[in-house]
Amino acid sequence: MNATWSRFNVTSIVLGFAFLYLPIVLLIVFSFNESKLVTVWGGFSVKWYVSLFHNQGLMDATWVTARVGVISATVATVLGTLAALTLTRYTRFRGRVLFSGMVFAPLVMPEVITGLSLLLLFVAVGLDRGFFTVTLAHITLTMCFVAVVVQSRLVSFDRSLEEAAMDLGATPVKTFLQITLPVILPAIVSGWMLAFTLSLDDLVIASFTSGPGATTLPMKIYSQVRLGVTPEINAACTILIAVVAVGVIIASLANKRREAQRQLDEQAAQRG
Amino acid sequence: MSNIAISDAGPSAAAKPFLARLGAGFVNRLVIFVPYLWLLFFFLVPFIIVFKISLSQTAIAMPPYTPVLDFRDGISGFFAGFRELSFDNYTWLTQDALYFNAYVTSVVIAAISTVLTLIVGYPIAYGMARAPATIRPTLLMLVILPFWTSFLIRVYAWIGILKPEGLLNQLLLSLHIINQPLVILNTYTAIFIGIVYSYLPFMVLPLYSSLEKMDYSLIEAAKDLGCPPTSAFWKITFPLSLPGVIAGCLLVFIPAVGEFVIPDLLGGSQTLMIGKTLWNEFFANRDWPVSSAVAVILLLLLTIPIMLFQQAQARAQEQGK
Repeated sequence: MNATWSRFNVTSIVLGFAFLYLPIVLLIVFSFNESKLVTVWGGFSVKWYVSLFHNQGLMDATWVTARVGVISATVATVLGTLAALTLTRYTRFRGRVLFSGMVFAPLVMPEVITGLSLLLLFVAVGLDRGFFTVTLAHITLTMCFVAVVVQSRLVSFDRSLEEAAMDLGATPVKTFLQITLPVILPAIVSGWMLAFTLSLDDLVIASFTSGPGATTLPMKIYSQVRLGVTPEINAACTILIAVVAVGVIIASLANKRREAQRQLDEQAAQRG
Repeated sequence: MSNIAISDAGPSAAAKPFLARLGAGFVNRLVIFVPYLWLLFFFLVPFIIVFKISLSQTAIAMPPYTPVLDFRDGISGFFAGFRELSFDNYTWLTQDALYFNAYVTSVVIAAISTVLTLIVGYPIAYGMARAPATIRPTLLMLVILPFWTSFLIRVYAWIGILKPEGLLNQLLLSLHIINQPLVILNTYTAIFIGIVYSYLPFMVLPLYSSLEKMDYSLIEAAKDLGCPPTSAFWKITFPLSLPGVIAGCLLVFIPAVGEFVIPDLLGGSQTLMIGKTLWNEFFANRDWPVSSAVAVILLLLLTIPIMLFQQAQARAQEQGK
Protein backbone atom coordinates (compact mmCIF):
# COMPACT_ATOMS: atom_id res chain seq x y z
CA MET A 1 0.00 0.00 0.00
CA ASN A 2 1.68 3.28 -1.01
CA ALA A 3 1.24 6.66 0.64
CA THR A 4 -1.06 8.20 -1.95
CA TRP A 5 -3.55 5.36 -1.61
CA SER A 6 -3.73 5.60 2.14
CA ARG A 7 -4.10 9.39 1.93
CA PHE A 8 -6.95 8.82 -0.49
CA ASN A 9 -8.53 6.35 1.93
CA VAL A 10 -8.30 8.68 4.90
CA THR A 11 -9.71 11.58 2.89
CA SER A 12 -12.67 9.58 1.66
CA ILE A 13 -13.45 8.34 5.17
CA VAL A 14 -13.22 11.84 6.65
CA LEU A 15 -15.36 13.40 3.91
CA GLY A 16 -17.84 10.53 4.09
CA PHE A 17 -18.32 10.81 7.83
CA ALA A 18 -18.54 14.61 7.61
CA PHE A 19 -21.37 14.18 5.09
CA LEU A 20 -23.11 11.65 7.36
CA TYR A 21 -22.79 13.63 10.58
CA LEU A 22 -22.75 17.34 9.70
CA PRO A 23 -26.52 17.67 9.10
CA ILE A 24 -27.28 15.97 12.43
CA VAL A 25 -24.73 18.13 14.27
CA LEU A 26 -26.18 21.32 12.73
CA LEU A 27 -29.69 20.23 13.72
CA ILE A 28 -28.59 19.71 17.32
CA VAL A 29 -26.64 23.00 17.45
CA PHE A 30 -29.60 25.01 16.19
CA SER A 31 -31.95 23.45 18.77
CA PHE A 32 -30.06 25.60 21.29
CA ASN A 33 -30.58 28.74 19.24
CA GLU A 34 -32.09 31.76 21.01
CA SER A 35 -33.55 33.11 17.77
CA LYS A 36 -36.77 31.79 16.31
CA LEU A 37 -35.09 31.73 12.89
CA VAL A 38 -33.67 28.26 12.64
CA THR A 39 -30.70 29.17 10.47
CA VAL A 40 -29.52 32.42 12.07
CA TRP A 41 -27.58 32.08 15.30
CA GLY A 42 -28.96 34.35 18.03
CA GLY A 43 -27.18 33.05 21.11
CA PHE A 44 -27.42 30.01 23.37
CA SER A 45 -30.74 29.12 24.94
CA VAL A 46 -32.66 26.11 26.19
CA LYS A 47 -36.02 27.84 25.93
CA TRP A 48 -37.22 25.55 23.11
CA TYR A 49 -36.72 22.54 25.38
CA VAL A 50 -38.78 24.27 28.05
CA SER A 51 -41.59 25.12 25.65
CA LEU A 52 -41.42 21.54 24.34
CA PHE A 53 -42.44 20.19 27.73
CA HIS A 54 -45.44 22.52 27.77
CA ASN A 55 -46.62 21.30 24.37
CA GLN A 56 -49.32 18.84 25.44
CA GLY A 57 -49.88 17.45 21.93
CA LEU A 58 -46.22 16.60 21.54
CA MET A 59 -46.01 15.02 25.00
CA ASP A 60 -49.10 12.86 24.31
CA ALA A 61 -47.61 11.74 20.99
CA THR A 62 -44.32 10.86 22.73
CA TRP A 63 -46.18 8.70 25.24
CA VAL A 64 -48.11 6.89 22.46
CA THR A 65 -44.88 6.33 20.49
CA ALA A 66 -43.02 4.96 23.52
CA ARG A 67 -45.81 2.47 24.31
CA VAL A 68 -46.17 1.35 20.68
CA GLY A 69 -42.38 0.99 20.47
CA VAL A 70 -41.94 -1.11 23.62
CA ILE A 71 -44.91 -3.43 22.96
CA SER A 72 -44.23 -3.91 19.24
CA ALA A 73 -40.46 -4.39 19.70
CA THR A 74 -41.02 -7.02 22.41
CA VAL A 75 -43.54 -9.06 20.39
CA ALA A 76 -41.48 -8.60 17.21
CA THR A 77 -38.37 -9.88 18.99
CA VAL A 78 -40.13 -13.10 20.00
CA LEU A 79 -41.63 -13.63 16.53
CA GLY A 80 -38.44 -12.58 14.74
CA THR A 81 -36.30 -14.93 16.83
CA LEU A 82 -38.67 -17.81 16.03
CA ALA A 83 -38.51 -16.85 12.35
CA ALA A 84 -34.69 -16.79 12.49
CA LEU A 85 -34.66 -20.25 14.13
CA THR A 86 -36.98 -21.50 11.41
CA LEU A 87 -34.78 -20.07 8.66
CA THR A 88 -31.52 -21.50 9.99
CA ARG A 89 -32.64 -24.75 11.64
CA TYR A 90 -35.37 -26.06 9.40
CA THR A 91 -33.84 -26.09 5.97
CA ARG A 92 -36.48 -28.27 4.40
CA PHE A 93 -40.18 -27.86 4.93
CA ARG A 94 -42.87 -27.24 2.40
CA GLY A 95 -43.53 -23.53 2.06
CA ARG A 96 -40.00 -22.53 3.09
CA VAL A 97 -39.42 -20.46 -0.05
CA LEU A 98 -42.61 -18.52 0.61
CA PHE A 99 -41.59 -18.11 4.25
CA SER A 100 -38.13 -16.71 3.53
CA GLY A 101 -39.73 -14.49 0.88
CA MET A 102 -42.13 -13.08 3.46
CA VAL A 103 -39.25 -12.44 5.87
CA PHE A 104 -36.97 -10.65 3.38
CA ALA A 105 -39.49 -8.74 1.26
CA PRO A 106 -40.64 -6.32 4.00
CA LEU A 107 -37.02 -5.15 4.39
CA VAL A 108 -37.11 -3.41 1.02
CA MET A 109 -40.85 -3.03 0.39
CA PRO A 110 -41.76 0.65 -0.09
CA GLU A 111 -43.50 1.75 3.08
CA VAL A 112 -46.48 3.22 1.23
CA ILE A 113 -47.38 -0.27 -0.05
CA THR A 114 -47.00 -1.95 3.35
CA GLY A 115 -48.97 0.82 5.03
CA LEU A 116 -51.82 0.82 2.54
CA SER A 117 -52.15 -2.98 2.46
CA LEU A 118 -52.20 -3.26 6.26
CA LEU A 119 -54.80 -0.54 6.52
CA LEU A 120 -57.03 -2.30 3.99
CA LEU A 121 -56.63 -5.54 6.00
CA PHE A 122 -57.70 -3.80 9.21
CA VAL A 123 -60.73 -2.28 7.48
CA ALA A 124 -61.62 -5.66 5.93
CA VAL A 125 -61.62 -7.48 9.27
CA GLY A 126 -63.39 -4.57 10.97
CA LEU A 127 -60.64 -3.46 13.38
CA ASP A 128 -60.93 0.15 14.48
CA ARG A 129 -57.82 2.08 13.57
CA GLY A 130 -55.82 3.29 16.54
CA PHE A 131 -53.16 2.27 19.03
CA PHE A 132 -53.73 -1.48 18.53
CA THR A 133 -53.51 -1.39 14.72
CA VAL A 134 -50.30 0.69 14.68
CA THR A 135 -48.75 -1.80 17.09
CA LEU A 136 -49.76 -4.78 14.91
CA ALA A 137 -48.35 -3.03 11.82
CA HIS A 138 -45.04 -2.27 13.56
CA ILE A 139 -44.71 -5.86 14.81
CA THR A 140 -45.11 -7.11 11.25
CA LEU A 141 -42.49 -4.75 9.84
CA THR A 142 -39.90 -4.99 12.60
CA MET A 143 -40.02 -8.76 13.20
CA CYS A 144 -38.37 -9.22 9.80
CA PHE A 145 -35.44 -6.98 10.80
CA VAL A 146 -35.10 -8.90 14.09
CA ALA A 147 -35.14 -12.17 12.13
CA VAL A 148 -32.25 -11.00 9.92
CA VAL A 149 -30.15 -9.81 12.88
CA VAL A 150 -30.69 -12.99 14.93
CA GLN A 151 -30.25 -15.21 11.88
CA SER A 152 -26.79 -13.80 11.16
CA ARG A 153 -25.75 -14.79 14.70
CA LEU A 154 -27.34 -18.25 14.46
CA VAL A 155 -25.53 -19.03 11.22
CA SER A 156 -22.13 -18.75 12.92
CA PHE A 157 -23.30 -20.63 16.01
CA ASP A 158 -21.39 -23.80 16.91
CA ARG A 159 -24.04 -26.54 16.91
CA SER A 160 -21.77 -29.03 18.65
CA LEU A 161 -22.45 -27.18 21.94
CA GLU A 162 -26.11 -28.14 21.67
CA GLU A 163 -25.20 -31.68 20.70
CA ALA A 164 -22.93 -31.96 23.74
CA ALA A 165 -25.63 -30.65 26.10
CA MET A 166 -28.19 -33.10 24.77
CA ASP A 167 -25.73 -35.99 24.88
CA LEU A 168 -25.23 -35.15 28.54
CA GLY A 169 -28.96 -35.56 29.04
CA ALA A 170 -30.36 -32.04 28.82
CA THR A 171 -33.87 -31.79 27.37
CA PRO A 172 -34.23 -29.77 24.13
CA VAL A 173 -36.01 -26.95 25.93
CA LYS A 174 -33.35 -26.83 28.64
CA THR A 175 -30.63 -26.95 25.97
CA PHE A 176 -32.22 -24.02 24.21
CA LEU A 177 -32.58 -21.97 27.38
CA GLN A 178 -29.12 -22.73 28.80
CA ILE A 179 -26.93 -23.03 25.69
CA THR A 180 -28.52 -21.46 22.62
CA LEU A 181 -30.27 -18.49 24.19
CA PRO A 182 -27.24 -17.09 26.08
CA VAL A 183 -25.13 -17.27 22.92
CA ILE A 184 -27.64 -15.50 20.68
CA LEU A 185 -28.76 -13.09 23.40
CA PRO A 186 -26.63 -10.13 22.17
CA ALA A 187 -28.22 -10.50 18.74
CA ILE A 188 -31.68 -10.67 20.31
CA VAL A 189 -30.97 -7.53 22.34
CA SER A 190 -29.74 -5.59 19.31
CA GLY A 191 -32.75 -6.95 17.37
CA TRP A 192 -35.05 -5.53 20.04
CA MET A 193 -33.29 -2.16 19.89
CA LEU A 194 -33.47 -2.07 16.13
CA ALA A 195 -37.17 -2.93 16.27
CA PHE A 196 -37.76 -0.23 18.87
CA THR A 197 -35.96 2.49 16.91
CA LEU A 198 -37.69 1.50 13.66
CA SER A 199 -41.03 1.79 15.43
CA LEU A 200 -39.98 5.11 16.97
CA ASP A 201 -38.99 6.32 13.53
CA ASP A 202 -41.85 5.20 11.34
CA LEU A 203 -44.04 7.88 9.76
CA VAL A 204 -45.58 6.30 6.68
CA ILE A 205 -46.95 3.02 8.04
CA ALA A 206 -48.18 4.73 11.22
CA SER A 207 -50.00 7.40 9.17
CA PHE A 208 -51.90 4.72 7.27
CA THR A 209 -52.73 2.44 10.18
CA SER A 210 -53.29 4.93 12.98
CA GLY A 211 -56.57 6.49 13.94
CA PRO A 212 -57.84 9.36 16.06
CA GLY A 213 -56.23 9.48 19.51
CA ALA A 214 -53.16 7.48 18.47
CA THR A 215 -50.98 10.13 16.85
CA THR A 216 -47.36 9.06 17.07
CA LEU A 217 -44.39 11.41 17.48
CA PRO A 218 -43.20 11.17 13.83
CA MET A 219 -46.76 11.97 12.68
CA LYS A 220 -46.79 15.00 14.99
CA ILE A 221 -43.32 16.13 13.86
CA TYR A 222 -44.30 15.64 10.21
CA SER A 223 -47.44 17.76 10.52
CA GLN A 224 -45.42 20.54 12.18
CA VAL A 225 -42.57 20.32 9.66
CA ARG A 226 -45.09 20.86 6.87
CA LEU A 227 -45.99 24.17 8.51
CA GLY A 228 -42.35 25.22 8.68
CA VAL A 229 -39.08 24.54 10.43
CA THR A 230 -39.05 25.62 14.08
CA PRO A 231 -36.39 25.35 16.81
CA GLU A 232 -38.93 23.47 18.93
CA ILE A 233 -38.89 20.58 16.43
CA ASN A 234 -35.08 20.70 16.45
CA ALA A 235 -35.28 20.32 20.22
CA ALA A 236 -37.69 17.38 19.98
CA CYS A 237 -35.43 15.72 17.39
CA THR A 238 -32.34 16.30 19.55
CA ILE A 239 -33.97 14.57 22.52
CA LEU A 240 -34.95 11.64 20.28
CA ILE A 241 -31.39 11.37 18.92
CA ALA A 242 -29.96 11.56 22.46
CA VAL A 243 -32.24 8.77 23.70
CA VAL A 244 -31.27 6.49 20.82
CA ALA A 245 -27.56 7.35 21.01
CA VAL A 246 -27.40 6.66 24.75
CA GLY A 247 -29.19 3.34 24.21
CA VAL A 248 -26.85 2.27 21.43
CA ILE A 249 -23.73 3.26 23.37
CA ILE A 250 -24.86 1.46 26.54
CA ALA A 251 -25.68 -1.65 24.51
CA SER A 252 -22.32 -1.68 22.75
CA LEU A 253 -20.43 -1.12 26.01
CA ALA A 254 -22.36 -3.96 27.65
CA ASN A 255 -21.56 -6.10 24.64
CA LYS A 256 -17.87 -5.28 24.90
CA ARG A 257 -17.79 -6.11 28.61
CA ARG A 258 -19.57 -9.40 28.04
CA GLU A 259 -17.10 -10.22 25.27
CA ALA A 260 -14.13 -9.38 27.54
CA GLN A 261 -15.61 -11.48 30.35
CA ARG A 262 -16.07 -14.38 27.96
CA GLN A 263 -12.43 -14.19 26.88
CA LEU A 264 -11.32 -14.17 30.52
CA ASP A 265 -13.51 -17.20 31.21
CA GLU A 266 -12.08 -19.02 28.22
CA GLN A 267 -8.52 -18.29 29.30
CA ALA A 268 -9.35 -19.49 32.82
CA ALA A 269 -10.89 -22.65 31.41
CA GLN A 270 -7.84 -23.34 29.27
CA ARG A 271 -5.51 -22.91 32.23
CA GLY A 272 -7.77 -25.48 33.92
CA MET B 1 -51.69 -24.88 7.07
CA SER B 2 -51.14 -28.62 6.85
CA ASN B 3 -48.80 -28.14 3.91
CA ILE B 4 -46.00 -26.93 6.17
CA ALA B 5 -44.80 -30.38 7.10
CA ILE B 6 -41.39 -30.83 8.62
CA SER B 7 -39.33 -33.23 6.66
CA ASP B 8 -36.14 -34.95 7.64
CA ALA B 9 -33.49 -32.26 7.48
CA GLY B 10 -30.60 -34.41 6.40
CA PRO B 11 -28.91 -37.77 6.31
CA SER B 12 -26.94 -37.48 9.54
CA ALA B 13 -28.41 -37.24 13.00
CA ALA B 14 -26.47 -34.05 13.65
CA ALA B 15 -28.24 -32.28 10.82
CA LYS B 16 -31.67 -33.18 12.13
CA PRO B 17 -33.84 -30.33 13.42
CA PHE B 18 -32.52 -29.34 16.74
CA LEU B 19 -35.59 -30.14 18.82
CA ALA B 20 -36.76 -33.08 16.75
CA ARG B 21 -34.50 -35.65 18.33
CA LEU B 22 -36.57 -36.24 21.42
CA GLY B 23 -39.75 -36.13 19.40
CA ALA B 24 -40.65 -32.60 20.39
CA GLY B 25 -42.63 -32.29 17.17
CA PHE B 26 -45.12 -29.96 18.77
CA VAL B 27 -42.50 -27.39 19.75
CA ASN B 28 -40.99 -27.68 16.29
CA ARG B 29 -44.25 -26.95 14.64
CA LEU B 30 -44.92 -24.04 16.97
CA VAL B 31 -41.56 -22.45 16.12
CA ILE B 32 -42.47 -22.52 12.45
CA PHE B 33 -46.22 -21.95 12.67
CA VAL B 34 -46.37 -18.81 14.77
CA PRO B 35 -44.18 -16.51 12.61
CA TYR B 36 -45.45 -18.21 9.45
CA LEU B 37 -49.10 -17.61 10.25
CA TRP B 38 -48.36 -14.06 11.40
CA LEU B 39 -46.63 -13.17 8.14
CA LEU B 40 -49.30 -14.89 6.04
CA PHE B 41 -52.04 -12.94 7.74
CA PHE B 42 -50.31 -9.56 8.07
CA PHE B 43 -48.12 -9.54 4.98
CA LEU B 44 -49.53 -11.79 2.26
CA VAL B 45 -53.28 -11.52 2.84
CA PRO B 46 -53.14 -7.67 2.81
CA PHE B 47 -51.69 -7.76 -0.73
CA ILE B 48 -54.58 -9.90 -1.87
CA ILE B 49 -56.97 -7.38 -0.33
CA VAL B 50 -55.14 -4.51 -2.06
CA PHE B 51 -55.54 -6.33 -5.37
CA LYS B 52 -59.22 -6.98 -4.67
CA ILE B 53 -59.96 -3.37 -3.78
CA SER B 54 -58.07 -2.09 -6.81
CA LEU B 55 -60.79 -3.85 -8.83
CA SER B 56 -63.70 -2.25 -6.98
CA GLN B 57 -65.57 0.98 -7.59
CA THR B 58 -64.99 4.22 -5.75
CA ALA B 59 -67.89 5.16 -3.51
CA ILE B 60 -68.62 8.06 -1.21
CA ALA B 61 -68.95 6.06 1.97
CA MET B 62 -66.82 4.62 4.74
CA PRO B 63 -64.89 2.60 3.65
CA PRO B 64 -64.95 4.53 0.36
CA TYR B 65 -65.37 1.67 -2.09
CA THR B 66 -68.07 -0.81 -3.07
CA PRO B 67 -66.92 -4.23 -1.96
CA VAL B 68 -66.53 -7.00 -4.50
CA LEU B 69 -66.06 -10.70 -3.81
CA ASP B 70 -67.58 -10.50 -0.36
CA PHE B 71 -67.30 -13.84 1.38
CA ARG B 72 -70.13 -12.95 3.71
CA ASP B 73 -72.64 -13.61 0.89
CA GLY B 74 -71.55 -17.22 0.67
CA ILE B 75 -70.28 -19.02 -2.38
CA SER B 76 -73.00 -17.80 -4.76
CA GLY B 77 -72.43 -14.23 -3.69
CA PHE B 78 -68.71 -14.72 -4.19
CA PHE B 79 -69.18 -15.83 -7.78
CA ALA B 80 -71.80 -13.15 -8.44
CA GLY B 81 -69.14 -10.69 -7.38
CA PHE B 82 -66.96 -11.61 -10.33
CA ARG B 83 -69.36 -9.80 -12.62
CA GLU B 84 -68.84 -6.61 -10.65
CA LEU B 85 -65.07 -6.69 -11.00
CA SER B 86 -63.93 -3.65 -12.85
CA PHE B 87 -60.65 -2.66 -14.35
CA ASP B 88 -61.80 0.98 -14.43
CA ASN B 89 -59.09 2.02 -11.98
CA TYR B 90 -56.38 0.57 -14.17
CA THR B 91 -57.89 2.15 -17.29
CA TRP B 92 -57.91 5.41 -15.36
CA LEU B 93 -54.20 5.05 -14.58
CA THR B 94 -53.35 4.60 -18.26
CA GLN B 95 -55.50 7.51 -19.36
CA ASP B 96 -54.03 10.09 -17.03
CA ALA B 97 -50.45 10.89 -18.07
CA LEU B 98 -49.75 11.99 -14.47
CA TYR B 99 -49.49 8.41 -13.23
CA PHE B 100 -47.33 7.22 -16.11
CA ASN B 101 -44.99 10.17 -15.63
CA ALA B 102 -44.85 9.53 -11.89
CA TYR B 103 -43.84 5.88 -12.42
CA VAL B 104 -41.17 6.75 -15.00
CA THR B 105 -39.81 9.66 -12.93
CA SER B 106 -39.65 7.52 -9.79
CA VAL B 107 -37.71 4.74 -11.50
CA VAL B 108 -35.33 7.25 -13.14
CA ILE B 109 -34.76 9.17 -9.90
CA ALA B 110 -34.22 5.96 -7.95
CA ALA B 111 -31.76 4.69 -10.59
CA ILE B 112 -29.74 7.93 -10.70
CA SER B 113 -29.70 8.16 -6.88
CA THR B 114 -28.56 4.54 -6.66
CA VAL B 115 -25.61 5.25 -8.96
CA LEU B 116 -24.78 8.44 -7.00
CA THR B 117 -24.97 6.53 -3.70
CA LEU B 118 -22.62 3.91 -5.13
CA ILE B 119 -20.15 6.59 -6.24
CA VAL B 120 -20.25 8.29 -2.83
CA GLY B 121 -20.33 5.05 -0.84
CA TYR B 122 -17.62 3.08 -2.61
CA PRO B 123 -14.62 5.19 -1.51
CA ILE B 124 -15.94 5.21 2.08
CA ALA B 125 -16.36 1.43 2.13
CA TYR B 126 -12.97 0.96 0.47
CA GLY B 127 -11.26 3.28 2.94
CA MET B 128 -12.90 1.43 5.83
CA ALA B 129 -11.87 -1.97 4.49
CA ARG B 130 -8.23 -0.85 4.18
CA ALA B 131 -8.16 0.90 7.54
CA PRO B 132 -6.11 -0.66 10.37
CA ALA B 133 -8.04 -3.63 11.78
CA THR B 134 -8.11 -2.05 15.23
CA ILE B 135 -10.25 0.95 14.21
CA ARG B 136 -12.54 -0.93 11.78
CA PRO B 137 -15.19 -1.83 14.40
CA THR B 138 -15.38 1.86 15.42
CA LEU B 139 -15.74 2.98 11.80
CA LEU B 140 -18.44 0.36 11.27
CA MET B 141 -20.28 1.61 14.34
CA LEU B 142 -20.03 5.19 13.02
CA VAL B 143 -21.66 4.16 9.73
CA ILE B 144 -24.46 2.29 11.48
CA LEU B 145 -25.17 5.00 14.08
CA PRO B 146 -26.97 7.47 11.74
CA PHE B 147 -29.17 4.57 10.66
CA TRP B 148 -30.44 4.38 14.25
CA THR B 149 -31.47 8.01 14.26
CA SER B 150 -34.79 8.85 12.75
CA PHE B 151 -35.12 8.91 8.99
CA LEU B 152 -37.61 11.77 9.25
CA ILE B 153 -35.21 13.79 11.38
CA ARG B 154 -32.30 13.26 8.98
CA VAL B 155 -34.43 14.43 6.04
CA TYR B 156 -35.74 17.34 8.08
CA ALA B 157 -32.17 18.42 8.91
CA TRP B 158 -31.54 19.01 5.20
CA ILE B 159 -34.40 21.53 4.90
CA GLY B 160 -32.49 23.95 7.12
CA ILE B 161 -29.34 23.41 5.05
CA LEU B 162 -30.77 23.61 1.55
CA LYS B 163 -33.41 26.31 1.74
CA PRO B 164 -32.74 29.68 0.03
CA GLU B 165 -31.77 31.42 3.30
CA GLY B 166 -30.31 28.17 4.64
CA LEU B 167 -26.86 27.28 5.90
CA LEU B 168 -25.39 26.14 2.58
CA ASN B 169 -26.36 29.35 0.81
CA GLN B 170 -25.12 31.45 3.75
CA LEU B 171 -21.78 29.68 3.57
CA LEU B 172 -21.43 29.98 -0.21
CA LEU B 173 -22.51 33.66 -0.16
CA SER B 174 -20.09 34.55 2.62
CA LEU B 175 -17.26 32.87 0.71
CA HIS B 176 -18.29 34.85 -2.38
CA ILE B 177 -18.57 31.68 -4.41
CA ILE B 178 -22.08 32.69 -5.48
CA ASN B 179 -23.76 36.09 -5.69
CA GLN B 180 -27.35 35.02 -5.15
CA PRO B 181 -28.82 32.07 -3.27
CA LEU B 182 -29.04 28.78 -5.12
CA VAL B 183 -32.50 27.29 -5.40
CA ILE B 184 -31.99 23.71 -4.28
CA LEU B 185 -34.88 22.97 -1.94
CA ASN B 186 -38.04 21.83 -3.78
CA THR B 187 -36.12 20.60 -6.81
CA TYR B 188 -35.04 17.15 -7.98
CA THR B 189 -31.48 17.99 -6.85
CA ALA B 190 -32.73 18.11 -3.26
CA ILE B 191 -34.35 14.68 -3.73
CA PHE B 192 -31.05 13.25 -4.98
CA ILE B 193 -29.19 14.70 -2.00
CA GLY B 194 -31.85 13.37 0.37
CA ILE B 195 -31.80 9.84 -1.05
CA VAL B 196 -27.99 9.61 -1.22
CA TYR B 197 -27.73 10.88 2.35
CA SER B 198 -30.47 8.70 3.86
CA TYR B 199 -29.57 5.46 2.08
CA LEU B 200 -25.76 5.76 2.27
CA PRO B 201 -25.36 3.29 5.18
CA PHE B 202 -27.38 0.69 3.20
CA MET B 203 -24.83 0.99 0.40
CA VAL B 204 -21.67 1.18 2.51
CA LEU B 205 -22.37 -1.86 4.73
CA PRO B 206 -22.69 -4.55 2.01
CA LEU B 207 -19.81 -2.96 0.05
CA TYR B 208 -17.63 -2.98 3.14
CA SER B 209 -18.40 -6.61 3.96
CA SER B 210 -17.37 -7.79 0.50
CA LEU B 211 -14.31 -5.50 0.28
CA GLU B 212 -13.14 -6.55 3.73
CA LYS B 213 -13.10 -10.23 2.69
CA MET B 214 -10.99 -9.43 -0.36
CA ASP B 215 -7.44 -10.74 -0.63
CA TYR B 216 -5.27 -7.67 -1.19
CA SER B 217 -2.23 -9.68 -2.19
CA LEU B 218 -3.98 -9.93 -5.58
CA ILE B 219 -3.54 -6.17 -5.97
CA GLU B 220 0.08 -6.41 -4.91
CA ALA B 221 0.63 -9.14 -7.48
CA ALA B 222 -1.00 -7.07 -10.22
CA LYS B 223 1.21 -4.11 -9.27
CA ASP B 224 4.34 -6.23 -9.30
CA LEU B 225 3.41 -7.40 -12.76
CA GLY B 226 3.20 -3.76 -13.93
CA CYS B 227 -0.57 -3.24 -13.84
CA PRO B 228 -1.45 0.46 -13.24
CA PRO B 229 -3.64 1.06 -10.10
CA THR B 230 -6.70 2.16 -12.09
CA SER B 231 -6.84 -0.90 -14.24
CA ALA B 232 -6.03 -3.12 -11.23
CA PHE B 233 -9.11 -1.60 -9.59
CA TRP B 234 -11.39 -2.32 -12.54
CA LYS B 235 -9.95 -5.76 -13.22
CA ILE B 236 -9.65 -7.07 -9.66
CA THR B 237 -11.20 -4.99 -6.87
CA PHE B 238 -14.46 -4.03 -8.54
CA PRO B 239 -15.36 -7.50 -9.89
CA LEU B 240 -14.59 -9.06 -6.50
CA SER B 241 -16.82 -6.54 -4.73
CA LEU B 242 -19.69 -7.17 -7.16
CA PRO B 243 -21.89 -9.11 -4.67
CA GLY B 244 -21.70 -6.11 -2.34
CA VAL B 245 -22.39 -3.70 -5.20
CA ILE B 246 -25.50 -5.66 -6.21
CA ALA B 247 -26.81 -6.02 -2.66
CA GLY B 248 -26.18 -2.32 -1.93
CA CYS B 249 -27.80 -1.13 -5.15
CA LEU B 250 -30.93 -3.22 -4.55
CA LEU B 251 -31.16 -2.05 -0.94
CA VAL B 252 -31.14 1.55 -2.18
CA PHE B 253 -33.08 1.25 -5.44
CA ILE B 254 -36.16 -0.70 -4.31
CA PRO B 255 -37.25 1.49 -1.38
CA ALA B 256 -36.20 4.66 -3.23
CA VAL B 257 -38.71 4.00 -6.05
CA GLY B 258 -41.61 4.15 -3.59
CA GLU B 259 -40.03 6.80 -1.34
CA PHE B 260 -42.50 9.27 0.19
CA VAL B 261 -40.83 11.32 2.93
CA ILE B 262 -37.89 12.61 0.85
CA PRO B 263 -39.84 13.82 -2.23
CA ASP B 264 -42.52 15.26 0.04
CA LEU B 265 -40.25 17.26 2.35
CA LEU B 266 -37.35 18.10 0.03
CA GLY B 267 -38.99 17.89 -3.39
CA GLY B 268 -41.92 20.22 -2.74
CA SER B 269 -45.07 20.31 -4.82
CA GLN B 270 -43.34 20.62 -8.20
CA THR B 271 -41.71 17.21 -8.15
CA LEU B 272 -43.51 14.02 -9.04
CA MET B 273 -42.86 10.62 -7.51
CA ILE B 274 -45.18 7.64 -7.27
CA GLY B 275 -45.00 7.22 -3.49
CA LYS B 276 -46.22 10.77 -3.10
CA THR B 277 -48.93 10.23 -5.73
CA LEU B 278 -50.19 7.16 -3.85
CA TRP B 279 -50.17 9.08 -0.58
CA ASN B 280 -52.12 12.01 -2.05
CA GLU B 281 -54.58 9.70 -3.78
CA PHE B 282 -55.23 8.05 -0.44
CA PHE B 283 -55.14 10.92 2.06
CA ALA B 284 -56.15 13.95 -0.02
CA ASN B 285 -58.53 12.44 -2.60
CA ARG B 286 -59.64 9.56 -0.36
CA ASP B 287 -59.73 7.36 -3.45
CA TRP B 288 -58.87 3.96 -2.01
CA PRO B 289 -59.44 1.87 -5.16
CA VAL B 290 -57.19 4.08 -7.30
CA SER B 291 -54.45 4.17 -4.65
CA SER B 292 -54.71 0.37 -4.46
CA ALA B 293 -54.30 0.16 -8.23
CA VAL B 294 -51.24 2.47 -7.98
CA ALA B 295 -49.81 0.15 -5.31
CA VAL B 296 -50.44 -2.99 -7.40
CA ILE B 297 -48.62 -1.54 -10.43
CA LEU B 298 -45.76 -0.32 -8.21
CA LEU B 299 -45.46 -3.81 -6.74
CA LEU B 300 -45.41 -5.40 -10.20
CA LEU B 301 -42.71 -2.93 -11.21
CA LEU B 302 -40.59 -3.95 -8.23
CA THR B 303 -41.18 -7.71 -8.45
CA ILE B 304 -38.00 -8.44 -10.39
CA PRO B 305 -35.68 -6.29 -8.21
CA ILE B 306 -37.26 -7.78 -5.06
CA MET B 307 -36.73 -11.34 -6.35
CA LEU B 308 -33.11 -10.50 -7.17
CA PHE B 309 -32.76 -9.20 -3.61
CA GLN B 310 -34.22 -12.45 -2.19
CA GLN B 311 -31.72 -14.48 -4.21
CA ALA B 312 -28.81 -12.32 -3.07
CA GLN B 313 -29.96 -12.78 0.54
CA ALA B 314 -30.31 -16.53 0.15
CA ARG B 315 -26.85 -16.75 -1.42
CA ALA B 316 -25.30 -14.69 1.38
CA GLN B 317 -26.98 -16.97 3.90
CA GLU B 318 -25.59 -20.06 2.21
CA GLN B 319 -22.08 -18.59 2.21
CA GLY B 320 -22.37 -17.68 5.88
CA LYS B 321 -22.80 -21.33 6.82
